[in-house]
Amino acid sequence: MTINPDQPISFSPMHRLQWEEAQQKFVILYPEGMVELNQSSAEILQLCDGSRLLGQIVADLEAKFATAGLTNDITNFLNVALQNGWIRQA
Amino acid sequence: MAGSDKLNITPPRWLLAELSYKCPLQCPYCSNPLDYAKYPHELSTDDWKRVLSQARKMGAVQLGFSGGEPLTRQDLSELVRYARELGYYSNLITSGYGLTEDRIIELKQAGLDHIQVSIQASTQELNDHLAGTESYQHKQDVARLVKKHGYPMVLCVVIHRENIHQMPQILEMAENLGADYLELANTQYYGWAHLNRDALLPTREQFAEAEQIAQAFKEKVAGKMKIYYVVPDFYEDRPKACMNGWGTTFLTIAPDGTALPCHSARELPGLDCPNVNDFSIDQIWNESKAFNFFRGTDWMQEPCRSCDEKHQDFGGCRCQAYLFNNDMYSTDPVCSKSPQRHRIDEAIAAARELATSGTEKPLVFRNSKNSKQLF
Repeated sequence: MTINPDQPISFSPMHRLQWEEAQQKFVILYPEGMVELNQSSAEILQLCDGSRLLGQIVADLEAKFATAGLTNDITNFLNVALQNGWIRQA
Repeated sequence: MAGSDKLNITPPRWLLAELSYKCPLQCPYCSNPLDYAKYPHELSTDDWKRVLSQARKMGAVQLGFSGGEPLTRQDLSELVRYARELGYYSNLITSGYGLTEDRIIELKQAGLDHIQVSIQASTQELNDHLAGTESYQHKQDVARLVKKHGYPMVLCVVIHRENIHQMPQILEMAENLGADYLELANTQYYGWAHLNRDALLPTREQFAEAEQIAQAFKEKVAGKMKIYYVVPDFYEDRPKACMNGWGTTFLTIAPDGTALPCHSARELPGLDCPNVNDFSIDQIWNESKAFNFFRGTDWMQEPCRSCDEKHQDFGGCRCQAYLFNNDMYSTDPVCSKSPQRHRIDEAIAAARELATSGTEKPLVFRNSKNSKQLF
């Protein structure tokens, strides 16, 4: 199961992505569990809103952080996210 | 009695709100205390809101509404709505008994995140026998409705000697019902399960066979269904890291407002567990005697004290140490390093003797009548 670059990516309705004030970080919440996210993972997942393709997520983040060459890192993370069921495609 | 790292108290992350000890079922492995009938008082709606709000402020985020049967509370939807506003991820841990489609919709609208339905067995006859109530068909319907209304569906089956032979059928049932998560919870022997241990503890062979079947199934459904497998610690040689360490993560509030470091801690002597009517959650978590009792490692005896695994398993479960050794400071007897490990082996042998001789002991069902008779 890997990311299809031609399909928009959405966050799973079976999970919740949320900012935790007490922990000062984003977390993913699901039945009986919680994953604490680092800043870059949270930035990526927040763009998984069902409207963007992989390429657009990369472009948006490269623009936001005025950098280039994020494609591999973002793709790798999104593949992990897909395997964990945090995101889905169509 | 505080541990050495008192300054590093971590905030609670999980709050278990036991709303009521009332329950229409009578499962003989219930984790509620045997003497629950002594505590009929229940916190008010406002009390619960205060607890939810205070614990959330400290950082609690996973919330379980449990019991008894939490559906017996008429203010459940109101509490769910309040919890959602505070940002909790809330879980209804229910027998499903009495849960209608209207209420499932109402709870969804109030912001409930998921529903965990317990089923006792894969057949009506055994399910209804174990539950002490005719409930099998209704539970199946509830599981389907939970799914229909877009909740992640968590099916929970407590495993013991009376149903362990149904493992293949239990897994098939979970698949047919479309469970997103399946919790296969080998019985932990506290409360009513401790009382009924001889009749509930599977033999080593039964456990090994069931585990193998569950493991193969886990691989088969990978990516579709997530399996939570709660191991039967009697057949391990190291104890479980109970509650992820005392007073580090979990906070249980009993129906009458007693705050517990774990849901069985009420059985331990001399903890003076505080009540939310007398103290704030902050005071309870940080300052109370009960929550500091087994924090850190200073309380440990040998062999835990000098053990290089003490930061992994925290000496195991205090309630198990107390139940078997009558000494809550001792090493969890499950540990092969414990001088009392033979007591676990004797319990296994006693259960095996009953299982193989065919003279089954009658189960003591969890109900108010039995609770009052025992105390």
